[in-house]
Amino acid sequence: MSPSALWTAVLVASVGCYLLKLAGLSVPAAWVEQPWVARVVDFVPAALLAALVAVQALTTDGAIVVDGRLAGLAVAAAALALRAPFIVVLLLAGATGAGVHLLAG
Amino acid sequence: MPSPERSATLRDAVGLGLAVGLYGIAFGAAADAAGLDAWQAMVLSALMFTGASQFAMVGVLGAGGSAAAAVGSALLLGTRNTVYGVRMAPLLAPRGLLRRAGAAHWVIDETTAMAVAAPDRELGRLAFWATGATIYLGWNAMTLVGVLGASGLGETAGAALDSIVPAAFLALLWPRLRAGFAEPAVQRRVALGGAVVALALTPFVPAGVQVIAAVVAVALAGRPRVERPA
Repeated sequence: MSPSALWTAVLVASVGCYLLKLAGLSVPAAWVEQPWVARVVDFVPAALLAALVAVQALTTDGAIVVDGRLAGLAVAAAALALRAPFIVVLLLAGATGAGVHLLAG
Repeated sequence: MPSPERSATLRDAVGLGLAVGLYGIAFGAAADAAGLDAWQAMVLSALMFTGASQFAMVGVLGAGGSAAAAVGSALLLGTRNTVYGVRMAPLLAPRGLLRRAGAAHWVIDETTAMAVAAPDRELGRLAFWATGATIYLGWNAMTLVGVLGASGLGETAGAALDSIVPAAFLALLWPRLRAGFAEPAVQRRVALGGAVVALALTPFVPAGVQVIAAVVAVALAGRPRVERPA
């Protein structure tokens, strides 16, 4: 991607995300509190975040690839289940991924 | 006037801000790995300032996705801030365009959670502004640390970062799946559906498109519940 295309994406997404925030403080509450709208907005993050977890942990260049990332993800899940703070979760996942890389490499 | 409640609110806000700030290191490093330069990473943290959208943006770009797919996933995740804004509007009651424009920028997961959890309206406002200020400063400073630090990383540290990014998404997702969140079983079903859709589409669609396509899993949530009693 060219630098200018990347900059455009960065700026368009940033302004768009800001306008979504501003809309919340500005539109009549009744618009957003429609049952169907509320339903979709409640569940979009779960679908998208889970998709990102799966794609980031299990795919490389359009193919399913199992490597140290999956081990890191399993350790992260265990740490989250034990209510570890975010930063500990990330450090453990990173250490696991690096460890698998060293052992396998 | 200092009171125990105000001190507790400020202490919680600063504590949360520091923790989230550290998370900013991971974002900065992920942005660098995705091919963004330091300025682009900083613009995202300063202007977009909503973590899940920022991670989605660099995640999709890092996977080779198109600009449209990256922007689309960031915006889709950004819609929840609209709902937070609706919830926060009566509490913040920002007077005038400028105040509203300023307050809007800090309407994110953490500030909403802290403000809604506060015992009364005044403390809610304090929690919002204190959490917002701490996180804004910490998130931006730590993004810079992450993006500058990451460019000097070797191969093993790169492998560590590859594992940190999916873990970061899992950490963002986790609170929605556990008991205490509204309808956690339905959230789990939708999450599983989203992951399956994304993986199944991965070999067949351009990078990033499978993430946006995963929103079809929202259909698994089914119809809205019967009207809540007013």
